[in-house]
Amino acid sequence: MLYINCPHCGMRSQNEFSYGGDASVKRPELNKEVSDQEWDDFVYNRKSLRGKHLELWQHVSGCRQWIKVERDTATHEIFRTFKADEEVA
Amino acid sequence: MQKYSIFNLVKNAFSNHENWDLAWKDPTPKEEYDVVIIGGGGHGLATAYYLAKEHNITKVAIIEKGWIGGGNVGRNTTIIRSNYMHDENGLFSEFGMDLWRKMSQDLNYNVMFSPRGIINLAHSDAQMNAYARRGNSMRLNGIDAVLLNRDQVKEIIPMADFSENVRFPIFGGLMQPSAGTARHDAVAWGYARQADSMGVDIIQNCEVIGFDVSAGKIKGIRTSRGNIKAKKVGLCVAGSTNILAEKLNMTLPIETHLLQACVSEPVKPVLDSVVTFGAGHFYVSQSDKGEMVMGGDLDGYNSYAQRGNLPTLQHVLTEGIAMMPFLSKLKMLRTWGGIMDMSMDGSPIIDKTHIEGLYLNCGWCYGGFKATPASGWTFAHTIAQDRVHELNAGYSLNRFSTGNLIDEKGLGTKTWIS
Repeated sequence: MLYINCPHCGMRSQNEFSYGGDASVKRPELNKEVSDQEWDDFVYNRKSLRGKHLELWQHVSGCRQWIKVERDTATHEIFRTFKADEEVA
Repeated sequence: MQKYSIFNLVKNAFSNHENWDLAWKDPTPKEEYDVVIIGGGGHGLATAYYLAKEHNITKVAIIEKGWIGGGNVGRNTTIIRSNYMHDENGLFSEFGMDLWRKMSQDLNYNVMFSPRGIINLAHSDAQMNAYARRGNSMRLNGIDAVLLNRDQVKEIIPMADFSENVRFPIFGGLMQPSAGTARHDAVAWGYARQADSMGVDIIQNCEVIGFDVSAGKIKGIRTSRGNIKAKKVGLCVAGSTNILAEKLNMTLPIETHLLQACVSEPVKPVLDSVVTFGAGHFYVSQSDKGEMVMGGDLDGYNSYAQRGNLPTLQHVLTEGIAMMPFLSKLKMLRTWGGIMDMSMDGSPIIDKTHIEGLYLNCGWCYGGFKATPASGWTFAHTIAQDRVHELNAGYSLNRFSTGNLIDEKGLGTKTWIS
């Protein structure tokens, strides 16, 4: 069982959350020419590496907020959590 | 190579079975190979075998980080089927079914292929209609499919829950009678033994650290046991594809996820087919030892841990108990996990890459084991001829850019989320 520290609600079990994938993926900017490659990278291509991974989770059975979680994909250790709009250094 | 036969079995009995040849050797890596296959799992071993057998290319090495057959070919639930609706998947898998049927004779190794049939249960009229459509598509591609009504399903699996007041009543099901199971370890060992006998070097405990690429062409690989030159390199490392892709500066339409499976304590024969629950993601078969072999959903988040987490297991087994209530009486013997290449449309990739001489075999999602022979056969063709075979032409890497996705389940991208 993973325990995720929701920045809004505190420590809760994994059962209350659903997963939203890589949080480092950025939608291409509007109002400019977007190449096919940029769209592919946004929609399909993922690094999905072993080790530290910044990812989105939604606290669906809690505050329903989207949050960012920094987690190790090999050990499942969770290092830090952030609000969705927080910049991660 | 000694042939495995009743005659040789009797002969070796006189020397207490102490004089059998090793099934495969333990060579030191040579300086150069025509083809290097990275990954000594089912697909890599099969690829090397078909390179030697079909294309007469024997200066081949298989580079394996751990030991052969220790990854997903030893962790799956051994189901073999071709019950796909889309032409690309159906024709590819049905080609594989032919190879499965001949495999034990072909490899001189008993892979215990058991065509016991697979039944996908339907729990509504709409689902019966969808199965009728899928069954018809299968039959148009020459794949056997039978639509079963509730009574016919009950005759085959009377232990399922056929009571009236269940949340997901069984309306019927779609059966592929020729589908089945095989002994997964034997598949890896059978391919390894034959490939070795034809001159393929199986190099274990050898980790790939990097690639030598110059002027857009592959020159060789760097490993924990030294540099190896190669004219062609094939990647067969589903589960670790993203790690090697990073070393090649490639970003692929794949996420790496964790999938669990489990077996119960062994019980007397009760289930003689493979059955899948239609209102969720759960499947079950009974092994020759009597264990109920079960599996279902991904854990749901990116993972390289080859072990699972309990919430998903509980969720999957809740579905199992809804389908076959007697399962709740069994003790769990073992649970384990493997890591999957989850491609963005749920279908695999067998293709050339932008680097000349580098070939990619990945993205197998839930369905890698049954694809072992067809994957090896088509990948060997792609490498040997430097062009894709018509069977794997649809499994191209650029289909995500061109929009030619093979979206078998109609779930769109990120199939694991729904």
